[in-house]
Amino acid sequence: MATAFSPTIPLHENRTSLPATRLVPPPPSSAFLGSTRSLPIRRLNHALAARRSPVVAVQEIVKEKKPTNSLLITKEEGLVLYEDMILGRSFEDMCAQMYYRGKMFGFVHLYNGQEAVSTGFIKLLTQSDSVVSTYRDHVHALSKGVSARAVMSELFGKVTGCCRGQGGSMHMFSKEHNVLGGFAFIGEGIPVATGAAFTSKYKREVLKQDCDDVTVAFFGDGTCNNGQFYECLNMAALYKLPIIFVVENNLWAIGMSHLRSTSDPEIWKKGPAFGMPGVHVDGMDVLKVREVAKEAVTRARRGEGPTLVECETYRFRGHSLADPDELRDAAEKAKYAARDPITALKKYLIENKLANEAELKSIEKKIDELVEEAVEFADASPQPGRSQLLENVFADPKGFGIGPDGRYRCEDPKFTEGTAQV
Amino acid sequence: MAARIHGGAGAGAATALSTFNPKKLVAPSRTNLPAITRSKRYIVASGSDASNKSLRVRHSQKLIANAAVAVCLLSLILHELLLFEALQEGLEEEMDRDPHVCVMGEDVGHYGGSYKVTKGLADKFGDLRVLDTPICENAFTGMGIGAAMTGLRPVIEGMNMGFLLLAFNQISNNCGMLHYTSGGQFTIPVVIRGPGGVGRQLGAEHSQRLESYFQSIPGIQMVACSTPYNAKGLMKAAIRSENPVILFEHVLLYNLKEKIPDEEYICNLEEAEMVRPGEHITILTYSRMRYHVMQAAKTLVNKGYDPEVIDIRSLKPFDLYTIGNSVKKTHRVLIVEECMRTGGIGASLTAAINENFHDYLDAPVMCLSSQDVPTPYAGTLEEWTVVQPAQIVTAVEQLCQ
Repeated sequence: MATAFSPTIPLHENRTSLPATRLVPPPPSSAFLGSTRSLPIRRLNHALAARRSPVVAVQEIVKEKKPTNSLLITKEEGLVLYEDMILGRSFEDMCAQMYYRGKMFGFVHLYNGQEAVSTGFIKLLTQSDSVVSTYRDHVHALSKGVSARAVMSELFGKVTGCCRGQGGSMHMFSKEHNVLGGFAFIGEGIPVATGAAFTSKYKREVLKQDCDDVTVAFFGDGTCNNGQFYECLNMAALYKLPIIFVVENNLWAIGMSHLRSTSDPEIWKKGPAFGMPGVHVDGMDVLKVREVAKEAVTRARRGEGPTLVECETYRFRGHSLADPDELRDAAEKAKYAARDPITALKKYLIENKLANEAELKSIEKKIDELVEEAVEFADASPQPGRSQLLENVFADPKGFGIGPDGRYRCEDPKFTEGTAQV
Repeated sequence: MAARIHGGAGAGAATALSTFNPKKLVAPSRTNLPAITRSKRYIVASGSDASNKSLRVRHSQKLIANAAVAVCLLSLILHELLLFEALQEGLEEEMDRDPHVCVMGEDVGHYGGSYKVTKGLADKFGDLRVLDTPICENAFTGMGIGAAMTGLRPVIEGMNMGFLLLAFNQISNNCGMLHYTSGGQFTIPVVIRGPGGVGRQLGAEHSQRLESYFQSIPGIQMVACSTPYNAKGLMKAAIRSENPVILFEHVLLYNLKEKIPDEEYICNLEEAEMVRPGEHITILTYSRMRYHVMQAAKTLVNKGYDPEVIDIRSLKPFDLYTIGNSVKKTHRVLIVEECMRTGGIGASLTAAINENFHDYLDAPVMCLSSQDVPTPYAGTLEEWTVVQPAQIVTAVEQLCQ
């Protein structure tokens, strides 16, 4: 079955020589398609679409999908998206406050500015679909359904955290919501995501279960120079795994500009090299991301294989709370701040009469209360006790072995106290 | 049929039986022996030499000359195979038993495995269950880990253990840690296996011993097989374990022949194997060095020594019970390993023994390891990097002075 992807001229012209200092952002388009322009209908070229490695521009997809009413979302959907993005933003802002008040420690990487990517993709997924992230994972976990309380407690290192306080900011996991981490080293999660997609295919083809779960792997521009990324693109395309590789290209890897570290900075082009569609999308626009995501997820569910989606986005804060963020140009920051995804969605909802100020304000208030409550909950929760130290090292604690007295070490009463010698 | 778990002694018995002259079988079947008589009574013939004079049975009154009667008394029916076939049998049985068990690695499918451990499995189970991966150890190990987190039980093969150095990131960070950092939410029941060790002039990079590099990773278990019996048993146990297990095989041991039971059995992952009980000195070894030790044991016995040989099998964690009981009996310990001198399994074992059984030692723990040298290609040089039986004999003589 042909997909809507068809080979066309990509959004950016092929550039043989790039400006020395920074990536020129695409010409500013109107905030959301469908709101102001009337778009011509394009006939699909089916023969071309059937080619193995189509390259696509997002505008084409959205044009094909344009329904007769020019809105891309319903009111309910719009409010869900808005609430999710507000949750992401408020939560991260609260994290910053808590960090500076000494409630959380270590490396904390905030997601401000990138909410459109998380919301755009994850709100299309079901509970049994999997999400794999990086160290910038708080908002992915929240979008997937992990409660704000559980994430905040985890950040505070409390027992009630989603990982019992053992993971921390960079290791958010949830079995219930299929959040497979949270990885500190970049690129590490991509093979894990590939494995989750492999399981989905295995369940369908070997175990003959009715399984169309997809996996979405989020990672950054810096990761796209890492071997694991390429190895997994190869395997995913080879085995036609139901996975979507989402590059959150925020142009900076700590202090390393994407342009300074990448021979060909257009990451979406690397998809077709492996035999999968590569898509570039404006990652500050939640509706555009959502449209691309719909297509990619549908492709994966139908068993047509992986997609590489490059979301051009921006982080409003530094790489982590320890990053002074001195290298980035103020003008660049201002340009992207003007494209704040939350402001844009708000404008869209109001302009298209999907919601009014009052409704949106009440959502914001609700989220504020939710986040405050999460902090209170986390504050009130207990720290892990000593007994927790050795508990989850092994799924089967016999793995600690047999002690000199002939008993398994895990049978030693001191083991449950966390003081046994192992 | 319910599998029977055989501890270290039982396994030794089976190996003993397999190399026995069938006319000299020990009557009480292993399965209905009470635990006390079962322990430390059986001796394994060294290597494949089944000559009568190297065998000694402690309770000689129970020998039965008539082979047919003996076979009836034994509930075991045996079949003979090579070590790689034993691994294959174990793997196949587990794949039959649980459809979630799958294999991934380079050339495991159509090629049948570079050491034929997965021969025929792709024909039987299909290309997805026995997955031929591209050459990307880090990624396919990670893929196995992701699959394990989401419900499968992959057996990941490194074509040579050394290649798994490329997968170190995934093995250390994900395999070992994810159960803990996820607060116990996800289990990683993978088996990572492959041949390692010094072969016949394979060159430095193909002769690596990765057990020393992996031993510090918290959250994993490591076992080393040395006979067809324990190879099959450990393979099955590793697949059934909820923990990630690294199973070390040895390139030179794949063609060892032995008779193993038809009946299903698994070996305990955390236990050591008593190979030869003795009184004078405890020799701790694993994998290929077991055979060098047993060869040295022949010489030592002729010289009047009575070494107790234990195949530690579980490289992480150590079975301190079996080891401790031996040390308490003999008061002298010699460790013979193929790992490097620096930071090897022997080094950790020496520390563990000193820590736990210092009072029982009459002499310092001696550890014979391979030289800290990249394994040379030349045959003579290669021979000198690895511990040879003559060195073992000398070491025992020295320790027993």
